[in-house]
Amino acid sequence: MAEATLKIFRGTREGGTPAEYHVPVAPGMVVLDALHYVQQHQAPDLAVRWNCKAGKCGSCSAEVNGRPRLTCKTRMDTLPQDKPIAILPMKSFPVIKDLVTDVSWNYKVNKKIPPFQPRAGVEWKMYQEDVDRVQEFRKCIECFLCQNVCHVLREHDKQEQFGGPRFFVRVAGLEMHPLDALNRTGLLKNELGIGFCNITKCCTEVCPEDIHITDNAIIPLKERVVDDFYDPLLGLVRKIRNAVSPSKRQPNE
Amino acid sequence: MASVGDARLGSAAQQQAWWPQVIPVILGLGAFAVYATLRAFEGAYFQWGPYLSPFYSPLIDVHHKYWPFSPALLILGGPLGFRVTCYYYRKAYYRAFFLDPPACAAPEKPGRRYRGETRFPFILQNAHRYFLYLAVIFMAFLWHDAVRSFFFEDGIGVGVGSIVLLVNVSLLSLYLVSCHSLRHLVGGKLDCFSCTTFGRPRYKTWRSLSALNEHHMLFAWISLFGVGLADFYVRLVSSGAIRDLRLL
Repeated sequence: MAEATLKIFRGTREGGTPAEYHVPVAPGMVVLDALHYVQQHQAPDLAVRWNCKAGKCGSCSAEVNGRPRLTCKTRMDTLPQDKPIAILPMKSFPVIKDLVTDVSWNYKVNKKIPPFQPRAGVEWKMYQEDVDRVQEFRKCIECFLCQNVCHVLREHDKQEQFGGPRFFVRVAGLEMHPLDALNRTGLLKNELGIGFCNITKCCTEVCPEDIHITDNAIIPLKERVVDDFYDPLLGLVRKIRNAVSPSKRQPNE
Repeated sequence: MASVGDARLGSAAQQQAWWPQVIPVILGLGAFAVYATLRAFEGAYFQWGPYLSPFYSPLIDVHHKYWPFSPALLILGGPLGFRVTCYYYRKAYYRAFFLDPPACAAPEKPGRRYRGETRFPFILQNAHRYFLYLAVIFMAFLWHDAVRSFFFEDGIGVGVGSIVLLVNVSLLSLYLVSCHSLRHLVGGKLDCFSCTTFGRPRYKTWRSLSALNEHHMLFAWISLFGVGLADFYVRLVSSGAIRDLRLL
């Protein structure tokens, strides 16, 4: 049986080193299997967060050979076996232990987003054409790989000013909902800092659910922000329209 | 919020090679920029028979009554602005020329102040839709030029140049209709298609444009090379370097 060498980060937020482990590679084996092998046979104290092993819980995110991935969806036979396979914790979040990171910052961002609020007196009836877009966003498993790979968070540490792709997906799901009453463009511009995104599409590249984050969520949201804040012609049209009938309101209105 | 894992293990072995992704973009955009600049300032060899170079269309003040320089300089700002603010090209040149980031999960030069598109000059990217409006006007002229290229002095005919200009304007049209801003204006801005006047046709149009939008990168590149080659062909014919082959 072929053997692979794993180079796994071992340590805490105070410090750590890479440790090498040798693992027999079985057919169909994924990186998470290899980590479990190491846990069972060589390092029982290796910390790995996982749950479903089916690519649906979003728990086992890590960086395999420099690329953010779900370890349960990364087959060992897709990785070069002639050199050690580097497995690191997600870079954008503080390490708790080994491959487990503290992703609680994401939940704080999530709290900033006003939830779905139905329009008053709305008829609870939706057509497929109205929910096509929203359904794509509901596939998100919150693995936070998009947050991890986004260079605004990863390289520029804009956690205070920027929400990140995961939350643009969430806002897109609410903004494009046919029954929702709120307008969140002000939140997008000011608190979630959508202007920091320079649409380099890395979030889309790493999404294990194949959500077209940039094209279907972020760019449409950027266009909505342009509608409300940067387009002088539309601003004029809106003023005239609002005088006739009020539009969707911002959360703080 | 950088983690210790990165500091301890950020060796070259972990990093993916990003040069192979960046170099073709630098070469492609760089070559086009150099060629287009030279041609724009040349101010000659842009017209032959029924053919007009797309770099010079619409042709304004060709006899230099009000504008002493190349007539291309009067109009190229429109198409250039449309490409520069295009969502695809933004990705391409932020990565290739600003290395911001050079590739996904690749490290960037530390200590750089990053403001994304929140401040001048990149906040001007928000004007993309206005360049789209301009591009629609330019497309009307280019379609007119393409149709006119079939009308020779001795009657209707088909030259290689006619085909070149027709293919060029078709590629440019695909690039334009796959634009993210157009997709938004047509229907993406709506929350509810079924509750809007003309909602059904807008939904169908939005869906069609969304399908084209998935290939926006492809259309961006082939239309870029197409417009460069169309101009080059007209220049060759106009300068006498080659003769236009009359097919019909």
